[in-house]
Amino acid sequence: MVIVDDKQSVNAPPKKGMSLQRRETWWGLAFLSPWLFGLVVFTALPILASLVLSFTNFNLSHPGDTRFVGLDNYARMWSELLNNGNAGASLGVTVRFAIMSVPLMICLALGLALLLNQKLLLGKPVFRTLFFMPVMVPLVASTIVWQGYLNGSTGWLAQILSTFGLPSPDWFNDPAWALPGLVFLGTWGVGNMMLIFLAGLQGIPTELYEAVKIDGGGAWARFRNVTLPMLSPVLFYNILISIIGVSQYFTQAYVLDPGGTGNPGGSTFFFNLNLYKEGWSYNQMGYASALAWLMMAIVVTAALVLFRTSARWVFYAGGDR
Amino acid sequence: MTGSDSIAGNDAIADTGPLTGAQEPAEVEGPIVGPDVIAGDGSTRSVSKPRSGKKHSHRVHSMQVGSSKLGLTLLTASLAMIFLIPLVQMVMTAFKDGDQVVALHPPVYPASIETYTAANGQAYPLYSVPTANGNEVLALETARRTTSTFIDPKTGKEIEWTGNWRGLNAMWYFSPKFDNFGSVLNVLNFPLLFRNTFVVSIVGTIGAVSSAVVVAFGFARFRIPGKNGLFLVLIMTIMLPFQVLLIPQYIAYTEIAWTGTLLPLLVPNFFANAYNVFLLRQYFLTLPRELDEAAQIDGASPLRILWSVIVPQAMPAIIAVSLFHFFFSWNDFFAPLVYLSGHPDLYTMTLGLQAFSATYGNANNGTLTQCAALLAMIVPVVIFFMGQRAFMRGVIISGVEK
Repeated sequence: MVIVDDKQSVNAPPKKGMSLQRRETWWGLAFLSPWLFGLVVFTALPILASLVLSFTNFNLSHPGDTRFVGLDNYARMWSELLNNGNAGASLGVTVRFAIMSVPLMICLALGLALLLNQKLLLGKPVFRTLFFMPVMVPLVASTIVWQGYLNGSTGWLAQILSTFGLPSPDWFNDPAWALPGLVFLGTWGVGNMMLIFLAGLQGIPTELYEAVKIDGGGAWARFRNVTLPMLSPVLFYNILISIIGVSQYFTQAYVLDPGGTGNPGGSTFFFNLNLYKEGWSYNQMGYASALAWLMMAIVVTAALVLFRTSARWVFYAGGDR
Repeated sequence: MTGSDSIAGNDAIADTGPLTGAQEPAEVEGPIVGPDVIAGDGSTRSVSKPRSGKKHSHRVHSMQVGSSKLGLTLLTASLAMIFLIPLVQMVMTAFKDGDQVVALHPPVYPASIETYTAANGQAYPLYSVPTANGNEVLALETARRTTSTFIDPKTGKEIEWTGNWRGLNAMWYFSPKFDNFGSVLNVLNFPLLFRNTFVVSIVGTIGAVSSAVVVAFGFARFRIPGKNGLFLVLIMTIMLPFQVLLIPQYIAYTEIAWTGTLLPLLVPNFFANAYNVFLLRQYFLTLPRELDEAAQIDGASPLRILWSVIVPQAMPAIIAVSLFHFFFSWNDFFAPLVYLSGHPDLYTMTLGLQAFSATYGNANNGTLTQCAALLAMIVPVVIFFMGQRAFMRGVIISGVEK
């Protein structure tokens, strides 16, 4: 379903024997060559190199001393994972963030898409643009904006809450609230998913809703029995994309604490802050490579689990899966 | 979800509740995806059957529709307001004095306190002071903790007032300050940051788009043994976490002395990013082959076909990919951080902004960083508003086609 299969080609079936087919192949390869070159130089070789590096003690400040250390890096990582060292703590922060952020973002994106898909809503293009717009704000800038908004005394959120007599935490200065603060900041990125849901919603044939209505189903029945199953491929895609997004989370946490310790109190010490610190502050690039491979393994596992379970809950209308 | 699914026909789902079905004119609205992009078959889906035959009920009906339209629109507008309110605070704060930010009960807009110029030529701020005669507007001459000296502007006489002046409401009036911009631009070399970011974004976009067009053409139109396998590899590289590539790339760039230059941010773009290739290839496949074939019969070379036949037809997708890449480069932080650290003369906008925020985070009670953030986001946000239709269409092409 992903890949529209194309068996045809520009050139008519070869009339002059193999030479035409061959010519086409060479032209095609010539067109692919920039990517093929990039694939080897910027992807394949680096992957191999990082795997090899993860078994060495490579240190950028004295690369001459590099030697293989077997599983030392992985052993160190393992012990840091077990006794909540840097690797374990940073993975914990990242997982906690994922648990809070991914479901919230999915629900918010779906809710907004449903809202913006209502026939009765006026000015849809305007709202679509407004809800999407914060995606365009550089992450460094949006983090600064939210630092202002969530400031415990001068931030507008605290001031709005106080007019209702409600207390407000000092979000980014309170270890208990910094991560939820970043979750809220993350809602500014909801636009992408919202648009994808919206496109999915608009691809649902109206006849299906008609059918539910004839059967006497209400709004919930329409959502449960038509919208959700028809939208499940889009949902699947969005979940996958959000997991990959969390695995790459860095900028916002780094802006909050350029020292890279995940202040306040390590509560925003994301996995990639640790990786950056090991690799660039301490030059421990062998160990940082091992960390990278751990994250890769986690993402691949999550993706596989998602693909495996998808047979049970993802419904492809075409029936070709 | 194949190429024939459409986002056109925004009213496809007419059936949103018992109130729909009235003959309200369908909203005229630019579909995100033009009919030429993906077959816009939305029109066949809209349901506009009148459900009630009676005139009377029809009138009631359309009134109800009208009010629920209003209600829904108001609800969405308030959600949008809640969603964007941090942005409003940022813009307001950028034009404020630091003093206003920490004042008690300041107005939300940038403001100054009205003053009274006394006989001695001194200007004193005006406050609303509760006195025996009700609230009076008085000028604060000498501020003390428990008693303060005020001047009555009407009489010019001094009044001793007992109470803490900090609890008083000042007489604010709207007055945006531009000093913050001056202070930010003194520290932040904005023209330099702008130039670096511009070079990275424009050169990167040219490289990324031209190479992706070429490669996507190869994938879309040529019979190559093992092509499907290669395409699968391409899809897989989209999902690859950047961490596993980063360290060896960094080491290699260090070896050839490219770190501390813009080259690592520019050169890789010329070798076709998988995501862009995927998006363009999907689009190229929707283009009719007849034109290619006609050109071929006329003796056009494949390059010529790409340039004169495919590219003009694929402009919407090419524009979307260009915008994607432009925004990506403009907003990217990690790669500039890794490759340009310690070279402030090469800093891009986001890197300069982060460095500024790290140093001056609380300067002038945080107004300076908000001002800097405003300056850093102007270009992408304005370009987004200008190119938003093409851009959002790109998001959809990439997301729905999976």
